[in-house]
Amino acid sequence: MNETISVISSSEHDQENIAFTEEELQRIEQIKGKYPEAQAAVMPLLWLAQKKWGWLSIPVLKHVAEVLSLPFSHVQGVASFYTMYWKRPMGRRHVQICTNISCLLRGGEDLYNHVSNMLEIGHMERTDDGEFSLEEVECMGACGGAPMIAINEDYYENVTIEEVEPLLAGKDEVE
Amino acid sequence: MALNYDDLPKLVLPTIPDLHKLDVYRQHGGYEAYRKALTMSPEDVIEEVKKSGLRGRGGACFPTGLKWSFMPKGSDKPKYLCINGDESEPGSFKDRQIFEYNPHLMIEGILIAGYAMGITTAFIYIRGEYHKWVRLVEQAAQDAYDAGLIGERMKETFGGDYSLEIVVHKGAGAYICGEESSLMESLEGKRPYPRIKPPFPAQKGLWGMPTTINNVETLACVPVILRIGGDEYAKIGAPGHPGTILLGVSGHVNKPGVYEVPTGLPLLDIINDLAGGVPGGKKIKMVIPGGSSMPPLRGDELERVNMDADSIKEAGSYIGTAGVMVMDEDTDIPHVLRRTIHFYHHESCGQCTPCREGCGWLEKMLIRVDEGDATSEDLDLLIDVANNIDGNTICALGEAAAWPTRYTIERLREEFEKNVKKEREHTPLNIVHGLRTDSHEVESVVH
Repeated sequence: MNETISVISSSEHDQENIAFTEEELQRIEQIKGKYPEAQAAVMPLLWLAQKKWGWLSIPVLKHVAEVLSLPFSHVQGVASFYTMYWKRPMGRRHVQICTNISCLLRGGEDLYNHVSNMLEIGHMERTDDGEFSLEEVECMGACGGAPMIAINEDYYENVTIEEVEPLLAGKDEVE
Repeated sequence: MALNYDDLPKLVLPTIPDLHKLDVYRQHGGYEAYRKALTMSPEDVIEEVKKSGLRGRGGACFPTGLKWSFMPKGSDKPKYLCINGDESEPGSFKDRQIFEYNPHLMIEGILIAGYAMGITTAFIYIRGEYHKWVRLVEQAAQDAYDAGLIGERMKETFGGDYSLEIVVHKGAGAYICGEESSLMESLEGKRPYPRIKPPFPAQKGLWGMPTTINNVETLACVPVILRIGGDEYAKIGAPGHPGTILLGVSGHVNKPGVYEVPTGLPLLDIINDLAGGVPGGKKIKMVIPGGSSMPPLRGDELERVNMDADSIKEAGSYIGTAGVMVMDEDTDIPHVLRRTIHFYHHESCGQCTPCREGCGWLEKMLIRVDEGDATSEDLDLLIDVANNIDGNTICALGEAAAWPTRYTIERLREEFEKNVKKEREHTPLNIVHGLRTDSHEVESVVH
């Protein structure tokens, strides 16, 4: 189930190389079939495209628009609204740290500042080697385990500053 | 007498191991409530839900049975059900528990709601951050499909000619999508700008068709109502807001987490007995009872406040999504409010000027207050700006920013006065920072 996110190292996508495979196009037809109108498939397709190409560059958005027979401006309008659709390349490990109230009350800001200093990057920035990117996120719905961080799709709750370093290095599982 | 969590009834999240698995759920009477519903007419099912007194658990506490009865009957247009699992209000983390521990209860509730309203397609909208829980709900739905409990094959399983399709839709990180009309726009594949009401969703909802939107927890209560009967359900908890409710307790407590309790329990007992009290035995300075958009209550005014819609309203707030956030005596309240308003500024969709601009002004002023660079007059100005947002926007995000600002300053003014100066020493810089920075740069402009 857990597909790995492959990030293309180049920040530029070549329009010619951006195309869904035959298999993926079949899956897209299935997705479209779930809704009364094909336009509703734009969000699932943007997710699919982001998984495949790492982020939503203009060539990627153009391709999604073409597949759904929608104007490019519509697809770009949807993509730019949501924070989880990336408009620039992110790291292989995207570190999300919540500083909203419940996490703030239990040290979320200290955790964020610590990681930001450690990785020497700020909000929505990426390390030079492309390994990490950082995001100060809004409430992720894990307030009972505050402070929380998420790395890619996985949540880690009740995280202390001591635990965060091994966690980022991938050496230790913190529950 | 101290509350003991083990003694309280657990109807939505019973402590049965592996209840998320379909066979375990069925061993414990799963999908029998739907079978019972089928022996009744759709009108009688709605009547039963009305009798139970169930009120929506998504924040507005609207009577569920009444909402269902607004759906047109005998129309040949397609009708839709939306399940709101966006759960994006800071301090709320209860629906996640249902997705993880009892997803089939929600699915059974969807079947009963669908049958009662004659709906054949249901969309479960889950916030994008919940990757894992989207997968869990998809798995549960797939298991139910495979067992012939939803989809075309349910006609064979249960008899009759009613069937329902369920589609799981994943959001992508926007608080506004928890607002029901925004959620529908999002589902339709548009920028999720809230719609003007009326028309209400029951007349014109998804793709212009009659639509009902219910919260995840609300639908999870429905099979329980069918099982024990509306009259019995109405006897649980506070009479005006009956049933059990999932409280998400967070912040300065020893045992934060989700607690299922009957409505109407004293808030202080919940904090002290269930959530283990405040660390270090400190006093409580402030409690937000229903998620960050609700007016806060002072820590020294919590006696006689009970966790049900009417009691909380009497105390001057709303139960909202029942996300209880506790702050101890050392909490920096101006800093908390600044962070709260940063959130609403960030999440304002930008459609209505009072909210788009107002939230930015509030945030700028609160940064000054937090950094000790504001005057007492600024506090009045903050309340004035909040009052000018309140009631002047299409959706409730305006209020969600205005209420915490106004009520936190009014109710805990001394906390802010500590942080401000008598007179201004210089004119503060007006920093422009409301512009979106995450959109694409324009490559070239062709004239």
